[in-house]
Amino acid sequence: MRALDRKVLRDLRGIWAQCLAIAMVLACGVMVMVLSTGTQRSLTETRDAFYERHRFADVFAGVTRAPRSLLSEIAAIDGVAQAEARIVFTAMVDLEGMVEPASARVISLPALGEPALNLPLLRTGRLPDPLQPDEVALSEPFAQANGLQPGNRFRAVLNGRLRELVVTGHLLSPEYIYTLGPAAMMPDDRHFGLIWMREPAAAAATDLDGAFNDLTLSLSRGAHEAAVIAAVDRLLAPYGGTGTHGRDRQMSHVFIEGELSQLGAMARVLPPIFLVVSAFLVNMVLGRLIALERRQIGLLKAIGYPTRTIVIHYLKMTVGIGLAGTLIGWGMGWWLGHEMTALYTEYFRFPWLDYRPGAAPMVISGAAAMGAVILGAMRAVSAAVRLAPAVAMAPPAPPVYRRGWADALGYRLGLRQTTMMIVRSLTRWPGRAAVTLFGVAGSVAVLIASFVTFDIIDVVMEDLFDRTNRQHATMILHQPVTVQAELAALSLPGVLHAEGVYAAAVRISHGPGSKLVSLMARDPGADLTRLLDPEGRPIPLPDSGVALPESLATYLGLMPGDKVEVELLAPPRKPWAVTVTQVFRQSMGQDILMRRDAFFDLMNETPQVNMLHLAVDTSALPALQTRIKQTPAIAGFTLWADVRASMEATMNESLITMTIIFSGLGMLITIGVVYNAARIQLAERAHELASLRVLGFRRAEVGNVLIAEQMLLTLVAVPVGWLLGYWFAILMTQGFSTDIISLPMVISRATYAQAALTALATAFVSVLMVRRRLDRIDIVTALKQKE
Amino acid sequence: MQRIARARTPVLSTEAITKVYRSGPVAVHALDGVSVRLFEAEVVVLLGASGSGKSTLLNILGGLDQPTSGRVMFRDQDLSAVEDAALTEFRRKHVGFVFQFYNLVPSLTARENVALVTEIAGDPMPPEEALDRVGLSGRMDHFPSELSGGEQQRVAIARAIAKRPDILLCDEPTGALDSKTGITVLEALIGVNRDLGTTTALITHNAEIRRIADRVIYMADGRITKVEENSTPIAPSEVSW
Repeated sequence: MRALDRKVLRDLRGIWAQCLAIAMVLACGVMVMVLSTGTQRSLTETRDAFYERHRFADVFAGVTRAPRSLLSEIAAIDGVAQAEARIVFTAMVDLEGMVEPASARVISLPALGEPALNLPLLRTGRLPDPLQPDEVALSEPFAQANGLQPGNRFRAVLNGRLRELVVTGHLLSPEYIYTLGPAAMMPDDRHFGLIWMREPAAAAATDLDGAFNDLTLSLSRGAHEAAVIAAVDRLLAPYGGTGTHGRDRQMSHVFIEGELSQLGAMARVLPPIFLVVSAFLVNMVLGRLIALERRQIGLLKAIGYPTRTIVIHYLKMTVGIGLAGTLIGWGMGWWLGHEMTALYTEYFRFPWLDYRPGAAPMVISGAAAMGAVILGAMRAVSAAVRLAPAVAMAPPAPPVYRRGWADALGYRLGLRQTTMMIVRSLTRWPGRAAVTLFGVAGSVAVLIASFVTFDIIDVVMEDLFDRTNRQHATMILHQPVTVQAELAALSLPGVLHAEGVYAAAVRISHGPGSKLVSLMARDPGADLTRLLDPEGRPIPLPDSGVALPESLATYLGLMPGDKVEVELLAPPRKPWAVTVTQVFRQSMGQDILMRRDAFFDLMNETPQVNMLHLAVDTSALPALQTRIKQTPAIAGFTLWADVRASMEATMNESLITMTIIFSGLGMLITIGVVYNAARIQLAERAHELASLRVLGFRRAEVGNVLIAEQMLLTLVAVPVGWLLGYWFAILMTQGFSTDIISLPMVISRATYAQAALTALATAFVSVLMVRRRLDRIDIVTALKQKE
Repeated sequence: MQRIARARTPVLSTEAITKVYRSGPVAVHALDGVSVRLFEAEVVVLLGASGSGKSTLLNILGGLDQPTSGRVMFRDQDLSAVEDAALTEFRRKHVGFVFQFYNLVPSLTARENVALVTEIAGDPMPPEEALDRVGLSGRMDHFPSELSGGEQQRVAIARAIAKRPDILLCDEPTGALDSKTGITVLEALIGVNRDLGTTTALITHNAEIRRIADRVIYMADGRITKVEENSTPIAPSEVSW
């Protein structure tokens, strides 16, 4: 090994703790990149493979009742590769030993063989026998959650008739990777599942012989999706088409897309922070090392080493740090990627999901890490090698101090001399102070961005469950019925109050933008579900026009007073120009609201409801649930307490894990920055600090000089970090908001305080680690070294 | 020259102290059974070649280091058996140091370097008075980098005496200075001794300087080889080298 290379290794060993601190910050950036882009890639690839192998459809349509003969016309539409008609309906399921009702979506399988599209994957057992009308296959998560094995029997209410069904197998479908029940917010495998039934049996159960009510299409390459959708809409319209949409409105697909875009947001926002901080740290530490080695550099030049060799020598040190950071980051990213992927498999039911980040995230993160540290090193190195050998070998000129505004302020405040030393050190090396300041500020910002999740979730949960949805339960009806149902519901056991809603699928359009959403038509006096103004205060439903959630209004560029086109996807399908009369706050979903009478005036029909919100005497809940299981008209029943509990459980599991990880990352920046700054301060001022000990300053007093400077910087960094954190939180809420969830931007005082305290405590511990070294310094030896 | 009356009471004394530095298998005996006494208000010069043990002795006397064996007494207090914290208190209250390379805090002005000590001392003199005593009243607000070597050393002396120490320990205070500047520094030291009665021990390898002392202790190979009383110390201005 060459002498210079040996020097690299020894130098690295000499400052290993500092190098490790930088490497760890760097590793965080690399880790987040590997974790997020790797997980994104794994999810995308698995999804795409599942979609392809199991022929996930491109276009989906609902219809009330269309004749089978229409299928050939649909298949003939330009751009349609394959068309498949199905029967899909909702059923209540009565499971042994379960008081509360469960519901299921029943999907028909062709009378013979496998479906052409959305081919389910058989996990165990077999598909139902076409000759056995009672045989069904179940979605695997639902079957597992309820312990239903092939051969087991269970009861279900199919279109008002109680039937006993036999399980033949467990399936997974590309259409239901993420499964949500009616009116549910989170997957609930115990209470909602999928039932596959042969078509004759499904047709018999729903009186749809020779007809279908659900259509799926695959498109040929280069097909124009919008044109196909318009054509399908036209063909289905006479038969009560309830709307045709692409994958962009397919529930499971939308959720996966949302998750992928959140991972993308994470990969964009976080790594740059860590890389920039690492670059500055390398610059700081290497700058200091080179300053110490000035004479050696002069000597190397004097004995004939070319500048290039010397530059490469120092870059090798940097590469060592970069390599360590990259490897640690890869390792952590790989491990966390596996953990995160495992977490995803609980919500996304893929038949397989392996964490395969591929080479790209590794290569990109490694290159970014190396680039950051080399860039950080270049400045320090280039300044040093530019010196002529004779100049480099002479000791550097002592630092020049000048009196400035800080001194005048110091005198006025009567600061002690040890404090003045700190003030002068900060004003003399503002660049170094700035690195610490912005590093810690970045750390505070990352901490805010991680703690703020709890604030946001608090608001979302409070809005959702305490302010907007105050009903105990929501009942979904098979068919729309008159508003008398509100009165009829009062005869059910324990029902104290019932408010009916008519939910209809509509297309809302303004200018070039349009969206498929649910329109909720309800009584203006309804009090169980309420509307909130942007500040979260309940407001009445406007007398006329339509009320829009903020996210939708922003997307379509609408303000109160604007006219918007609302088109019902079911008959009469006529577009109406309606005035936007209210924009309200809503974090989950994008439902739009209208007064029931106004809506049905437009429809020119008597008011109806297809959904009932209930206030219930909870002591009578079991009786109510038993009754509901026996009531054929009810297609779904959701208890809001269950929805809340399952949401909270999910939040607790995934959010706490993520918060711990990100707080850890935030703290690592502070450790990296403060530890390095304190080490440099100690190295440069050991002589000065030893002098203080000679003069009779106690260990604690001398230690305080070291601690106070770093803590002062940390303290100043806190408000800067708050500002930066506010900005991060905005980026995050925007990046993480999807069509399904729009996150409010709220940061509580507690979050600001927790972030500040965490950074201060971390900085304190980091500087204490350095202070221990100060205690070990031998005064006599330190004094012998001339400044 | 007339110095203030010297009572023969020892302020600081050592009894057969040794100091052994170990570096792997090698043991270096820096001090080898040194017994010495420093009396109230006297000026002692420690003379010896480099490596003779002068600095080690001075460090032990000043509580910067502890002997391997033997006793160090400050008045009635045994310093050889105390913790580091007690040594710090001893230095803080009773000892002033002056070093060859000044050891000033570069980020503090002359006045602030002195105030550094007066802020933690029990009964200090104002920094301005200390600086006035060493003839630096006109340079108080200069940073060390704006002062000459002699001026920096005088700031160091002002800093050492500002707390009115019982003992002033000076390790080669003129070592880095030319003779003219060295003499001004010595004058400052002797002036303080004369005015405040501070016991002063001064290390030098410049034999000429011994003529300003009341006693001269000669050292070689970690031992005291000779102690010389000087009944007629001369003023620093009369010394030349």
